[in-house]
Amino acid sequence: MSATFALRAEDVRKTFGHFTALAGVTLDVKRGEFLTLFGRNGAGKTTFLKIAATLMRATHGKLWIEGIDIREQPEETRRHIGFLSHNTYLYRDLNPVENLRFFAQLYGVSNAEERIRSLLDRVGLKRRASDPVRAFSRGLHQRVGIARVMLHEPSLILLDEPYTGLDANAAETLTTMLQENVAAGRTVILTTHDLEQGLRSATRAAIIDRGKIVFAAPGNDPTVREAYDQFIRVGLTR
Amino acid sequence: MKAIWSIIFKDVVVELRNKETLSAMIMFAILILVIFSFAFESSGVDKNAIAPGCLWVAFSFAAILGLNRSLAKELDNECLQGLLLAPLSRGELYIAKVAGNFIFMLVAELVILPLFVVINNLKFDLQLLKVTGIGFLGMLAIASVGTILSVLSSATRMKEVMQPVLQIPLTIPVVICAVEATAGLLIPDYGENSSWLSILAGFTIVYLAVSYLLFEFAVED
Amino acid sequence: MKQRILAVLALATMIPALYLIFIYAPIEVTQGNVQRIFYFHVPLATAGYVSAGLMFIGSLMYLIKRDLKWDRFAAAAGEMGVLFLTAQLWTAIHWAKPIWGIWFAFDSRGTLQLVLYLIFISSVMLRAYLPEREKQAKLGAVFGILAMIDVPFNYLSIYLFRTQHPQPVVSPGGGGLDPQMWPAFIAGFTTLSFVYAYLFVRRIELAKVEEEVDYLSHLAFSHDV
Repeated sequence: MSATFALRAEDVRKTFGHFTALAGVTLDVKRGEFLTLFGRNGAGKTTFLKIAATLMRATHGKLWIEGIDIREQPEETRRHIGFLSHNTYLYRDLNPVENLRFFAQLYGVSNAEERIRSLLDRVGLKRRASDPVRAFSRGLHQRVGIARVMLHEPSLILLDEPYTGLDANAAETLTTMLQENVAAGRTVILTTHDLEQGLRSATRAAIIDRGKIVFAAPGNDPTVREAYDQFIRVGLTR
Repeated sequence: MKAIWSIIFKDVVVELRNKETLSAMIMFAILILVIFSFAFESSGVDKNAIAPGCLWVAFSFAAILGLNRSLAKELDNECLQGLLLAPLSRGELYIAKVAGNFIFMLVAELVILPLFVVINNLKFDLQLLKVTGIGFLGMLAIASVGTILSVLSSATRMKEVMQPVLQIPLTIPVVICAVEATAGLLIPDYGENSSWLSILAGFTIVYLAVSYLLFEFAVED
Repeated sequence: MKQRILAVLALATMIPALYLIFIYAPIEVTQGNVQRIFYFHVPLATAGYVSAGLMFIGSLMYLIKRDLKWDRFAAAAGEMGVLFLTAQLWTAIHWAKPIWGIWFAFDSRGTLQLVLYLIFISSVMLRAYLPEREKQAKLGAVFGILAMIDVPFNYLSIYLFRTQHPQPVVSPGGGGLDPQMWPAFIAGFTTLSFVYAYLFVRRIELAKVEEEVDYLSHLAFSHDV
């Protein structure tokens, strides 16, 4: 299996009893791409990302990440993935440094202390680094979350609506960091509602509707906006 | 392997910060022992005869409390999902959680036992060491099945309240064996039977193995 | 069709069985007419163990195949366990009071039945309180396996417990069976087997219909106009 692809999905399906969340997703994402996946609520964006992150099992189909079959080698797959959603996975009784140190140990990050300090600095948490997370606002939580997802330098970064509830500064930092990762040859897959935010750094855009990919094109292609209107904006006003 | 130690260490550090779980477990167990003491005071029942039973009722409920609190900490902020994203297998995660839960139960036990001796007017002698040993094995047995059961119960609408409903019927063999083994040590002329230990050991091994294999189904989304 | 045949068989065997049990079988020497409970009690207790085995198989097969039909199988087995053990414990109480003078003696067999009963109830409760169908099946299956593995350990510890303490000597099992009692015994087993099979098949059918209704109502409410 060629490793120029960060992610290859082949007819991935997921059913919950009678309900079909994914009706057969086939998607190829090359290394170094920034793919934004648009879709209405319930279209299957989160389900797809969760399956890619090995949090959920597909009912049918195959998925390879960095050439690894995620069904056969889930632990190895997770080493290459960073996943960020609205959950922050932070322990309230520990401070950001301790939380990140824990994750660094789990992932076997070398040079941990240095990376932790520089990442916390980057997300603007240098001064609060030793305060227990218990007292943090949602925005601060998410900043630590951003640091956490980049900590082990994953080759594939999966983000599920990461901009929701993020303040302008943090959003800017996140965008810049993602762009840097892509420039360094890593891959980003991001889901969002927001057309402008989503297209800003995207090299490719795709739309998922009722569990299938209904549109895919380069990020700067003019047809993206039309397709967005057709599949998503219409849906929002129904 | 290293990831397992990290998780155990993290659990210990977090617990040391606020000691919520341990204090709740110990307090609850002591209250149960005291209530039993009062409840049987007037009936003239031989305290020695019921002591082993009282001890294991206290241990059982303290264990349920401890297991609930331990998982609650992981569900806060969905930290469990964070662990599921880490490069360790579901089985290894299970082992780490059992080990952490077991450590808390041990510490609670070491505090509860001396108080148990005092409340029931027993002796601090070699027998007590053996009672502690039985306590260790019994708590390990409870932790091995209780850890996976806590994941099941947290998925229900009843949340923590489901835990005792699931755990108590399943740990009846543990309680029977532990109480009988303890009674053999504490009650003179009770008669000894070493089968208790083999059943307890067998239970622990079987449940550790089966839960190790089933854990991935329990935590899957 | 299968259900109808089973229903007819159950009814057809029940009537002769009742005759054999209450009229044909002789009155037992030491226990009197109360002993007739035995003809129901033993098959009911057996049904408990059969349910345990079926629930284990259903749970295991679901986790392997992920086909909901195995979950319906396991769930039905669990409910049958509750139903038949309720009946069994009911007969046990009605036997114990006249014979032993106490409602329940916590003898080895009785205690084992009681624990099995509690385990079935927990498994039914677990399924009842799980919100989604998938979780019900998955977690129900996990508990099914954990719970059924428990049964041998319960057996070992309760029977060992028994050798430590004096137990009531007379049990519903009684001594040997008088040759005239055998027809009643076999008839009881036969008819209750058909009743069990009928209820089991019917319960699975019902579960399938429930799922269909669920699906249709889901469709109706989420339909995009």
